Amino acid sequence: MIADLALYCGGVLLILGALFCLLAAVGVVRLPDLYTRMHAASKAGAVGGGLILLAVAVVSMDAAVFLRAIIGVLFLLLTTPVAAHLLARASYLTGYRPSDSTKRDDLKTRLEQNAEA
Amino acid sequence: MTGAAFLDLSSLVALVILGLALLVSLVRIVIGPSLADRVLALDLMTVVAIGFIGGIAIRTGLMLYLDIAIALALLGFLATVALARYIIRRGLKVDQPQEEARP
Repeated sequence: MIADLALYCGGVLLILGALFCLLAAVGVVRLPDLYTRMHAASKAGAVGGGLILLAVAVVSMDAAVFLRAIIGVLFLLLTTPVAAHLLARASYLTGYRPSDSTKRDDLKTRLEQNAEA
Repeated sequence: MTGAAFLDLSSLVALVILGLALLVSLVRIVIGPSLADRVLALDLMTVVAIGFIGGIAIRTGLMLYLDIAIALALLGFLATVALARYIIRRGLKVDQPQEEARP
């Protein structure tokens, strides 16, 4: 019975993670500029991949596999935001401006202050 | 419906959804408009591929696939970092994207 319960939970987590991945992909195509696209890719994408690895951990019912899957989730949650931040910084510094609907640009004021100092 | 049958069905559905996600992120790689957009879409594609491998691991019951997924996560991170460094080093103002249609 408990084994069946783990399988049901794993299936639900798997579909949920897949839906998050699809949401991230749709966001990357639909949003107006690179910086808003980055929100979709790094947040929804990391959660989607993490939920699927969590599903593998729940379904396997094996301590070694469970530990590896959890390490995979932690690794994904640590590295995806770092990669997105590096990419955003690189593209900002090479002159890619946010879309016109962006109201606040903190990095711009920071860079101007640095230029004056 | 037993647990195994439910897992079989849900892994099939999840693999179909993940395949759709791969196709949709491919659209962004094709249309660009700048290099950073393409790198971002490739990064997302790596994460979706990790999910795909997880789905295959559940479907086949071979948990060795999990190691491939972790290695792919490491590779995707390193590739994105390297490409971000490349975008910086390629220099300023080279990659100005064309004006996009505003909604």
